[in-house]
Amino acid sequence: MQITAALPVAKMVGANRLVLGNGIVHVVGDAKVSAEDEKKLRRKLVEQALAAMQK
Amino acid sequence: MRIVHYLNQFFGGLGGEEHAGTALETRVGAVGPGKVLEQYFGGECQVMTTLICGDNYAVENQDAVIDLALEQIRVAKADLFVAGPCFLAGRYGMAAGALCVAVQNKLHIPAITAMAAENPGADLNREFMYIVDSGDNGAKMREVLARMAALAQKLMRGESIGSPGVEGYLSRGLIRDQFVERSAGQRLVDMVLKKFKGEAFESEMSPTQFASVPLPPAIDLASAKVMLVTDGGLVPKGNPDKIQGSAATRWGVYSIKDCQDLKGADYEISHGGYDPQFVRQDPDRLVPLDVMRDLEREGVIGHLHEEFISTSGLSNPLSNTRRMGREMAVRAKELGIDAIILTST
Repeated sequence: MQITAALPVAKMVGANRLVLGNGIVHVVGDAKVSAEDEKKLRRKLVEQALAAMQK
Repeated sequence: MRIVHYLNQFFGGLGGEEHAGTALETRVGAVGPGKVLEQYFGGECQVMTTLICGDNYAVENQDAVIDLALEQIRVAKADLFVAGPCFLAGRYGMAAGALCVAVQNKLHIPAITAMAAENPGADLNREFMYIVDSGDNGAKMREVLARMAALAQKLMRGESIGSPGVEGYLSRGLIRDQFVERSAGQRLVDMVLKKFKGEAFESEMSPTQFASVPLPPAIDLASAKVMLVTDGGLVPKGNPDKIQGSAATRWGVYSIKDCQDLKGADYEISHGGYDPQFVRQDPDRLVPLDVMRDLEREGVIGHLHEEFISTSGLSNPLSNTRRMGREMAVRAKELGIDAIILTST
């Protein structure tokens, strides 16, 4: 399971479970929002990743 | 010149799939395709020993088969090792490729095989050796053997080897300097014009082909042991494994035991391909430990493995990244990991 901001690269090499991350510089973060909102976003991305592995 | 030839159970005359479990056997002289091969060497070469092994046995016991084969090749004082042709037979191709690479590396004599480009053994080994493009049609056995003999003779004489298209081998992905008459711009315009007119042209760059990765089965999250992996270059302060920031040849394993939240003060980034200031401030932006700990506490996942794996994924030759990926997968399997979340910059 891969979380990446560079989706085309992951697709090209044949990765099969992919979640689009939030930017190259912070794949599972966001420097522009509060720490609390950032953690919520991170949790959402990780939950998407975990959900993908149950399918 | 002395040849040792490797065949699977089918081409070695033992039989079909019911003999795929046969261990490595040795025959004196040429067997089956080996007899034809000798003809194409024009009496210059003789098959001293033929090694025959069942496809399942060869793949399931690869290291042992390689060791035994190397010993036999040494005993035969071979000048050349030939395997196959394997056409589309996947297990045969994987064994043939692995044997050839081992022979080249350990015995320093030329080794050659042939298979179809789609054979999984081709992708695994083409960077390291010459694999004659056999196509998928076993009826072309003679033609393929002739091309193998021609290329093998060049290799044994130490002659320079032409391009894949000219010599008939599978592209190794190597780039070689060459003198040309026309500049890159002129060649490019030529190509565009031909393309525009609908004429045939040959690109100088062939994109690497990747086979799709089979989908592993779904997991039961509540009991799963999960590991975090990143190619974003997060390493402990001081970069203890000296993981290179570009074209990394190494990867590291770092403990997160009893750690609830990664702190920027403890880590640094060894990756020359992105602005690392945000991950430096808070490494959870790359390796989501804080959230994983919450999910572990809440029982959403069974257990988070107490180490994460890291390397830097930048400007890296495929041979490196494939090797490191395999090594990481082996490690994860040994640890009994059920799922990996790979975060990539």
